[in-house]
This record gives sequence, structure tokens and C-alpha cells, in this order.
Amino acid sequence: MLDLSGYSSIGAALQDALETYAPEICLIEADRDRENHRLTYREFKKRALPLAKALQEAGFGSGDRAAIIMTNQSKWLISAYAIFFCGGVLVPLDFKLTPGEHWQLLKHSGSSVLITEHPIWRQLQGDTSGRAAACNVRTILVTEAPPGDDLAGAQRWEDFRVQSKPSFVPRQRKDVASIVYSSGTGGRPKGCMMTHENYLEQCVALTSVYPFWPGVRYLSILPTNHAIDFMVGFFGPFTCGATVVHLRTLRPEYVREAFAKYKITYVSLVPLVLKNLQKGLQARFDELSPGKRRVFDTVVSLNKAFTKDRPILPLSRMLLKQVHDAFGGQLRAIIVGGAFTEPQTLQFFYDLGIPVANGYWLTEAGTAITVNDLKPFRADTVGKPLPGMEVRIVGSDAEGVGEVSVRSKTVMSGYLDDPELTAETIVGGWLMTGDLGRIDDYGHLQLFGRKKNMIVTEEGKNIYPEDIEAAFESLPVKEFCVFAANYVWPKRSMVGEQLMLVLRLEPGQSLTDDLRRAIAERNSRLLNYKRIHGIVLSKEDFPRTASLKIKRSVLAERLAMLDRAAAVLPL
Amino acid sequence: MRTLEQTTAEVLQLACTHFKVPAGSLAPEDDFFKKLGIDSLQALEMLTRLENHFGIELPDYELQGVSDFRTLASRIQSRL
Repeated sequence: MLDLSGYSSIGAALQDALETYAPEICLIEADRDRENHRLTYREFKKRALPLAKALQEAGFGSGDRAAIIMTNQSKWLISAYAIFFCGGVLVPLDFKLTPGEHWQLLKHSGSSVLITEHPIWRQLQGDTSGRAAACNVRTILVTEAPPGDDLAGAQRWEDFRVQSKPSFVPRQRKDVASIVYSSGTGGRPKGCMMTHENYLEQCVALTSVYPFWPGVRYLSILPTNHAIDFMVGFFGPFTCGATVVHLRTLRPEYVREAFAKYKITYVSLVPLVLKNLQKGLQARFDELSPGKRRVFDTVVSLNKAFTKDRPILPLSRMLLKQVHDAFGGQLRAIIVGGAFTEPQTLQFFYDLGIPVANGYWLTEAGTAITVNDLKPFRADTVGKPLPGMEVRIVGSDAEGVGEVSVRSKTVMSGYLDDPELTAETIVGGWLMTGDLGRIDDYGHLQLFGRKKNMIVTEEGKNIYPEDIEAAFESLPVKEFCVFAANYVWPKRSMVGEQLMLVLRLEPGQSLTDDLRRAIAERNSRLLNYKRIHGIVLSKEDFPRTASLKIKRSVLAERLAMLDRAAAVLPL
Repeated sequence: MRTLEQTTAEVLQLACTHFKVPAGSLAPEDDFFKKLGIDSLQALEMLTRLENHFGIELPDYELQGVSDFRTLASRIQSRL
């Protein structure tokens, strides 16, 4: 079992790992069917330390913040290690955000360094007012810039190196290691302050259930800014001498190829990608001739019977050789979480002898709270709490369903610069998740919906309705706001989550085609996963506080009196 | 060298073929997520087809924030 008790920081644990596993391969970077880089732990260190030294010479030091906005690639991890080596705080930002959102978070996080890729930098440059507001960002490093390109004040990552030895800067377990934005790029950015202890403890807990060792290959296709990929696609495998395979595209055909080409051991996916893999496999099974299909179905039934109590990988790989070969023949588990996964999708893979470890992830909790240990496999739950995780249900009803709360050394220290929200979220040492769940007789957690006004997409993105209201500003109505439909009309379900726009029209005004067009036009400016799906007309003015803020819970209670099917009008 | 109009027309034609919708049923300003009811992975699959047709490489990142055919065509045009 991995022991990180002797380390006080991520940097210290990684520093030792780079020495211990020096000749092992730590990183393979692939793009489509090409391999860009294959680095040993020794080579990784050789690339990171000159960057660390250059950062130190630029004045970057203990507690300073450095943001990374990059797609998954080797320079992401090299840069992150250099930041930790300098005693810095990592701010991993979602590269899928807009330039305006990026600059907003760069400002909010107080980052003095930004490390990004050339195509992203090109777009960031376009937002001059955003850049001017984020004046705290003093050093900008850009990877893969074409020769001769004017970088507008940024420097080339590849040239930003000093060859003399940098000094390692120690940090304490309670120090902040990273600020991870769980969501909320609108009015209230939610920057989770994760400590070194959070990561060290989570790493030990996760690897106790799904261990890494030299020779294990983890396919990293979830963005590394996601807390889960940072843990199982960087810190976890590196501390154990395993290999991370980066794929610089999410295109399904290359993802499928990568499994076989790199003989992948583990992968973490969000439900959308898992379902896409299922669709591809199902299409191939459907093409089988009736005779072959009967044989195939019989073998699947046999596999199901033998693996009822626990996975038996050697047997499944023998029985369903072609299916397993398509995944490289070494796959031990697909780890899935971050959003609701349909049980039939999980069962589909398990029946083929490919264990899918369904889990419950939350950035605020330091990534994974529960994960299915496959003893036996359960498609209807998100598994059992990881070691060191206390999970309890607060305010449970007659059926045992209430709000899931968590206490653990992995829980964040709070939200950056938001003590009020921190106090609402961490109560008496317990993280209130806002998710509704129940713990069954076998200790498995089942989720049933959300208590809070938010949705989670199939891609694992948290969307807070309040954060997208700005897109509808100047809409010619008396007032409006956005709600998650399942928050207003609670369902005992994690499916069918949608956002809706609630309108209070002016006296005599009606929902005309022009108004619908104005809504549709504003909606189309939002990224597709943030768009609203329906309109609700309020017959009364919105209840407001003395400071004129909408009393959302009161309004939600009023709307809940309406029949959902009739109240939500299509766009 | 193609004009942007030509590139847009070819993008529309390829999208119609790829997603098996009648030729001419898509317009440059259409939101392809909404009009075709596709998700982000399906959009990426379309990107591979477009790359093969135009003989270019378009990083996944180029699709970020793009949801209409005209903008997609302009991203392709800039790499021709």
C-alpha cells in the first residue's frame, strides 16, 4: 500500500518519485495516431527543473499562484511539477472556458504566472479589457508558438529555461497546493482551496482500491484541470512509478485506438464518453450474423454468471477475447463519475468483463468520495466511501434519503475569498454536498437528485443557473431568472436535468415570436452545455430582499405549485 | 484557393452526408448542436471528416465555443 505519510507536500512526494522511478516511462503524449513524446521520470525531471529555475529567477516563489490553461499534454504536467517545486500554488483552469471567463478567474485567483498553449493565447489576446483587468498576471508562457509569431508580451515556454539548479521550496501539509474552480464563472467564482494534505490523503485512499505500479498505463483524456484527472492522471500514477498516456484529442476513433495501441490499464471517463464507447461496441455486436450473435450472447451470459460476485479478469479476457483485445487486453477498470451514469451503461460493460468503477466525485471533497469496489459490482449505486471518508445523510426522510455530507482530510479548506459560502458549505467540519442520497444496508451510497439549484452535465460540468443569467441581460421583459428544473420540481432522479428561464412579463406583454427569438439569440451565445431548454412564465413579480436580490428559494416554492409539464414551455 | 463561401458550402454538404440529413437542409448560421441534435463527441467526429476532406489538421480546441457552420468554416478557411 502506498505510504505518503512522510511527505508534507505534493512537490516533495513527486521529487522523490522522479528519483525512485528514474528509468521508468512516466509520460507518453500522443496526438491522433502519432506519438509526440515518450519521457522517463529522469527526462521529465530534466525538462521541469530548468523551468522551475527560470520561474524562480522571475520572482515566483512560495505561495505565489500560477495558472495553467492547456489541453492534456506533457507540458501541463512538467509545468505543474515546476510550480510545486518552487512552492507555488497551482491554479488549473478549464481550457474550454471563454477568454472572458479565463481572465476573470485569472484575476480572481491572483495568479502572477499564466502558462498556456498558442491557440488559447491567441484567443485570450483578443479580450483586451479582460487582460487589462487581470493585471496581476505578470509572466505569461506560451507553448508551441509558431516561429516569428508576435506573442504580445508573452514568452515562449520552450525558451523559458535556466540551466542552473533551482532550490526546492518545502511546503506544509495545511498549505494550499491548488485552487480548483468547481464552477461559477459568473458572479461568484467558486475557487476550492485544496491543501497538500487533501491530495496526499486522497492519493493513498484511491490507490488502496485501484493501485498503480510501474508498468500500469493510465489513459488521460479527461482534462487534467479536472480534480479527478489531476489525481489519477498525474499525482497518483507518478507517486507509484506508473505511466500516463496523454491523448491530445477526444475524437472517439482515436480514443478507441489508444486503448489497444498503449495497452491501457485504467482510464477515467465522464458518462458521455462511456456512452459513446458503448454505442460503438453495440454497433459492432449488431453487425454480427445471427449465428455468431447467438454464440456471442451465450458467452456473455457465461461471463455474467462467473463474475456475479467479483470480476475475474483472466477468465473474461479469455471468454471475450476480441472485445478485450480491442481495449488492449490489459484494462483493469474504467473509472467513471463526475455526473450521473445510467445503470444499464455500467451493466453493459460489466457483462463484457470490463469493470466500470462508478464513483461519486466532488472537487470540494478532494475528488472521489465513494467508488465501487466491485465486490460485488453494483450498477445502481456509486459505491462505498473510500478509506478515510466519513459519509452521513443529514435530514433523512422515512426512506432514509437526505443530504449527503462528508468529513475527511481530503475536504477542501474553503472557497477562495468567500468565507460566507465556505460557512454555508462546510458546517461543523462536514461538507454539505447538496446532493440527495441514501446509504443502503451494504454501505453503498445511492444518489437520488439534488437539493441545490444546479445541474451537472454528462460531461461532468457543474452549471449554476445564476452564473448564466448575464447572457439574458437587456431581455425586454420585466424580470427574469434561471433555475434548474429539478430544483424547482424535485425528482428522485439524476436524469433529465435542464435549465429553464423564468420570465415575468411587463403588464400586457405576451410571449411573442420576437421575444422568443431574442431569447434564442442570447441562448445561442452560451456554450451549448450552458443553454436553457425551456421558458416558464411567472404570474407574479419575483419576491426580493430589501437589497432587491431575488429570493430564489421563495420563488422556487411558488413555481413548484405549477404543473411542470404544463409550465415549462419549449424554446 | 477556396473562398469562405465555397468552404462553407462544402462544410454544409459534408455535414449533410455525415449526419444523413437531406442535402440543402442545413444553413451557414444553423447551430449544429441544436439543429442536428448532436453532442460534443459527435461534433468532433464530424471534424475528422472535414479534416480529411480539406487536407488540414484542426485541433479539438478549434471547436471550442463554435456552434454554427459559418464560424466552423472560417476556422477551416484560416488553415487552408
